[in-house]
Amino acid sequence: MNLELKSREYRRKILKYILKAKAGHTGGSLSCIDILNVLYNEVLNVSPANADAFDRDRYIQSKGHCVEALYVVLADKGFFPESDLETLCQYQSHYIGHPTRKIKGVEQNTGALGHGLPISAGVALAAKMDDLSYRVFTLLGDGELPEGSNWEAALSAAHYKLDNLCAIVDLNGLQITAPTTEVCNTEPLDKKFESFGWAVRHVDGHDIQALRDVFADLPFEKDKPSAIIAHTVKGKGVSFMENELKWHHGVPTEAQYKVAMEELENP
Amino acid sequence: MGNEMIEVPLAGTAIANQEVFAETLQSLAALDKQVVVVTSDSRGSGKLVPFGKKYPAQIVEVGIAEQNLVGMAAGLASTGKKVFAVSPACFLTARALEQIKNDVAYSNNPVKLVGISAGVSYGALGSTHHSLHDFAVLRAIHNITIIAPADGFETAQAVKQVAALSQPFYLRFGKKPMPLLDMEDAIPFEIGKGRVVREGDDIALIATGETVYPALQAAHKLAREYHIEATVVSMHTIKPLDEELLAQLAQKCKAILTVEEHSVYGGLGEACAAWLLKNRYHKAFDLMGIPDEYTVTGSQTEIFNHYGISEQGIAHRALALLRV
Ligand SMILES: Cc1ncc(C[n+]2csc(CCOP(=O)(O)OP(=O)(O)O)c2C)c(N)n1
Ligand SMILES: [Mg+2]
Repeated sequence: MNLELKSREYRRKILKYILKAKAGHTGGSLSCIDILNVLYNEVLNVSPANADAFDRDRYIQSKGHCVEALYVVLADKGFFPESDLETLCQYQSHYIGHPTRKIKGVEQNTGALGHGLPISAGVALAAKMDDLSYRVFTLLGDGELPEGSNWEAALSAAHYKLDNLCAIVDLNGLQITAPTTEVCNTEPLDKKFESFGWAVRHVDGHDIQALRDVFADLPFEKDKPSAIIAHTVKGKGVSFMENELKWHHGVPTEAQYKVAMEELENP
Repeated sequence: MGNEMIEVPLAGTAIANQEVFAETLQSLAALDKQVVVVTSDSRGSGKLVPFGKKYPAQIVEVGIAEQNLVGMAAGLASTGKKVFAVSPACFLTARALEQIKNDVAYSNNPVKLVGISAGVSYGALGSTHHSLHDFAVLRAIHNITIIAPADGFETAQAVKQVAALSQPFYLRFGKKPMPLLDMEDAIPFEIGKGRVVREGDDIALIATGETVYPALQAAHKLAREYHIEATVVSMHTIKPLDEELLAQLAQKCKAILTVEEHSVYGGLGEACAAWLLKNRYHKAFDLMGIPDEYTVTGSQTEIFNHYGISEQGIAHRALALLRV
């Protein structure tokens, strides 16, 4: 299946399991799914077979609330049976509303924002110390960037020349309260990362080929960590969810679900 | 067994403490321009969207940056503003703990820290979103009063009273609609004084926050089914602890059982136990809360039921304590 079709399938599954759980982070899962699609299907050297191998690539999701996107991709990659997701957020299930290492394929427990980049920098530094060739990818929300821990880690990553580290910012422009620029403006973001010693690229976060190309260019500069600013649309793929604040953690009704599934079937 | 005579308040009148908090704060802000609320992308969960619309000049938004939230709140409060810093209890009291310790408590900047969706209110979102440590860590910090109101009355009173006091506070609220414990509002609310919401000589159930209601239900069950009379206390102020009341309960009741939406380590239960032992009250004693383990997944109610924080569970523990 080509990745464009896969993205549509992933989007349908995200909605399916959010509807079942009656909980989930819909908008942000739909905005980052194309990125996860390309990462897990074409970039990361990780699979159920090498999930414990020391030299596997690591993906650590800092915006842990969008766990539905991660679960759907991990299930597709065979880390666990997709039917497990029927228990999402239910009593005694290990599939909670944030990534946890109880689930095969999940590298780190996240959910409190601003943790992914420091941990990733640590994992990347360990590769340098041990002369291993694995790479570390982390996905951040644009709303979580004001957490100071991100910028502390950004300094360390540049200081230790972690060119095996790649931070992807899901720049969907929205957080819970309002558009990100109204809550706490982080623009110009590329200049910030550059001034912290990172190499930066922009990409259309929904263009599969553009994502392939940008990942193929890693590291953007030798001895520098790489930041990818992925321009995305929150709620991407479902017309009435796109760019709407309320779909941050909105759960569709049965009727909305049907409309959404049809849109995703025949875009 | 007729239910008519049982005075457990009806859930129909229930309203979430954090909603009462937001309404009360809005009424204070209307009268006093010095009242300022600081949020970290948390006004939605804090029910403060109407506040922001009505008093845009009295709300400060820092974005997702809880350390900055508390630091800036401390700075604002140092100038005489009445500052409420509002964020989910889990992030507020873990991420920003050093700011709380140094910039609020140690420097004595009178910030009112408001931890919303506390305890396991966030249910299946898991441990990152639970605050089962906040009583413990804050109890160990000098110069901060810790209050976990049980219902809308206690919440409104607490918010009004702390606003008038120039000292650091931590208020802890959940998001579950809570019925009023005392429909007549006859039992006053005073910071540092537990509210006795039911009297009985057999056992004292000392609870706090959203666990007071199930404790009260358990007391009624004990009376109804076992002729055991329990005193029920809403120990809304965790620190300073109402030692006078503890002494009275220890003298009057055969056993003491504490209940809290917190780790069994370091919270209300251990605070009571330490005080009782130190003062030579060697009573039948037990404490209920969330055990020291990987917390089970579920809604707040499912988690409560799992760990026995329910009418049934608390009654059972009380019976075991009394060896009935
Ligand atoms: C430390 C911390 N503070 C607050 C939250 C609550 N929270 C969860 S998602 C979210 C908004 C995130 O916005 P953004 O990073 O832009 O994510 P996206 O738009 O991709 O969903 C907030 C405030 C959290 N999970 N962690
Ligand atoms: Mg965003």
